[in-house]
Amino acid sequence: MESTIIKSSDFNAYFGTNHVVKNVNMEIPPNSIIAVMGPSGCGKTTFLRCINRMHELTPGATCNGRMLLHRDNVYEMHPIFVRLKIGMVFQRPNPFPNLSIYDNVIAGYKLNGIRLSKKEKDEMVEKSLSRAALWNEVKDSLHKKGTFLSGGQQQRLCIARAIAMEPEVLLLDEPTSALDPISTASIEALLYELKLNYTIVIVTHNMQQAARVSSKTAFFYLGEHVEYNETREMFTNPKDPRTQNYITGRFG
Amino acid sequence: MIRTLKRMRYRIGLSSIFHGLIVLFAFLITIPLIAILYFVVREGITRINWNFLIHIPKPVGEEGGGIANALLGSLIIVVVAALIAIPVGIFSGIYLSENKSSRLSYWSRLAVDILQGVPSIVIGIVIYFWIVKPSGTFSAISGSIALAIMMLPIIIKSTEETLKLIPANLKEAGFALGLPYHKVILRVIVPCGMSGILSGVILAVARIAGETAPLLFTAFGNPYLSTNIAKPMQTLPLLIFNYATSPYEDWHNLAWGASFILLIWILLLNIITKLVTKKWKVQL
Repeated sequence: MESTIIKSSDFNAYFGTNHVVKNVNMEIPPNSIIAVMGPSGCGKTTFLRCINRMHELTPGATCNGRMLLHRDNVYEMHPIFVRLKIGMVFQRPNPFPNLSIYDNVIAGYKLNGIRLSKKEKDEMVEKSLSRAALWNEVKDSLHKKGTFLSGGQQQRLCIARAIAMEPEVLLLDEPTSALDPISTASIEALLYELKLNYTIVIVTHNMQQAARVSSKTAFFYLGEHVEYNETREMFTNPKDPRTQNYITGRFG
Repeated sequence: MIRTLKRMRYRIGLSSIFHGLIVLFAFLITIPLIAILYFVVREGITRINWNFLIHIPKPVGEEGGGIANALLGSLIIVVVAALIAIPVGIFSGIYLSENKSSRLSYWSRLAVDILQGVPSIVIGIVIYFWIVKPSGTFSAISGSIALAIMMLPIIIKSTEETLKLIPANLKEAGFALGLPYHKVILRVIVPCGMSGILSGVILAVARIAGETAPLLFTAFGNPYLSTNIAKPMQTLPLLIFNYATSPYEDWHNLAWGASFILLIWILLLNIITKLVTKKWKVQL
């Protein structure tokens, strides 16, 4: 098995002239959970959005450097293809309000015009919702609108929607910051399960969360990629004084 | 102490006068509508029967006769106008909501605002010189084009304003699933804003259904039943205008009946707007 699924080298991202991600070199191993943490405005979300080319959708946003998925530079692929391979879950739950729970799960197929048989759809909905630990709660109301669910359920629906596309990598942008502790716990438990099938990159400004869920952690500060190590090592023995200051709560 | 008490009483008094005033004005604005409804219904409702709807007007002096030509004409002209204005309006509205600050959207928005203020008779004259004169004949289609131009600002504005309110994160959700831009717009953004877009369209239809001025020298009017959009066609507002200003009592009655029908039509469209808005409302 290859040891790296995503590799960024000398990667920079900008908003206009504002240099928000500076020279990031990072290797992400498959079937693991990588936490990206750092104070607000440190470029962690921007870096995440560069991985599946969502960054360039913002007017004035640019980037350079190399971002490899396996051995291919994602910036030489078609963005639509990249986003099918690399799924994303956002900070705020964003199920499609005009679609039912059922249709939200298969939205990636439905809206892309990929035809599936009724049986395939039923199987996919059940499998994705089960993996997202939502099946038991919604199996009797699959045809209600997705926005009727609670915030935590909506977020799990968004995870189900992302994994229904069978991506190789799942990017999570502060997926629990808008949720209460119970929903957060259920999503964190879910991440452990998902690790078996996917590679997960999770942005969080919550250090405890990074410590709980991830195998490796990257620390960003002012756009720089300061430190990247095994999570346990990072939290017990940080190499860089800035990391130490952050995790001991002196800033951020 | 006495002075502050007096001052207090003065302020309470002022406050109740103000309250009384806004209640009074809120009541006053219902009077014109009630008065219009009262007269039109009183004069119009007695003329309405099945024959009134399916016959064309009779010559002066003959009993009976109806407004079938005007009813059908209005329907055809409005439907054709809507067919022209809806795609153009919705696509422009999408562009304006997607490109908030481009140079084109600045000028486009300005054009829409000005178009909204152009008197309808001016639009009629322009269409007369553009289409009626070169083609050598008054025609229903030229009337439809004039009405379509009047519908555009309403449809564009309502589409733009509705789509602007759709949160950006829904668009991102679409992109993150690998949807191309046109599918994000047509299958995510537009369905979420459907209620606002539809209500804009229906209100625009209601707004132009009663327009007379731009039809005077485009659709022109026609005492006979016609379905040919290349030829002059009768419409309800034209019929009302022509017959109400005629010296014959029979024709006045016809005009009252037509006014009643037009009023019902517009009332229905407004009710449909309300229902559609409710039905397609999306919980964002």
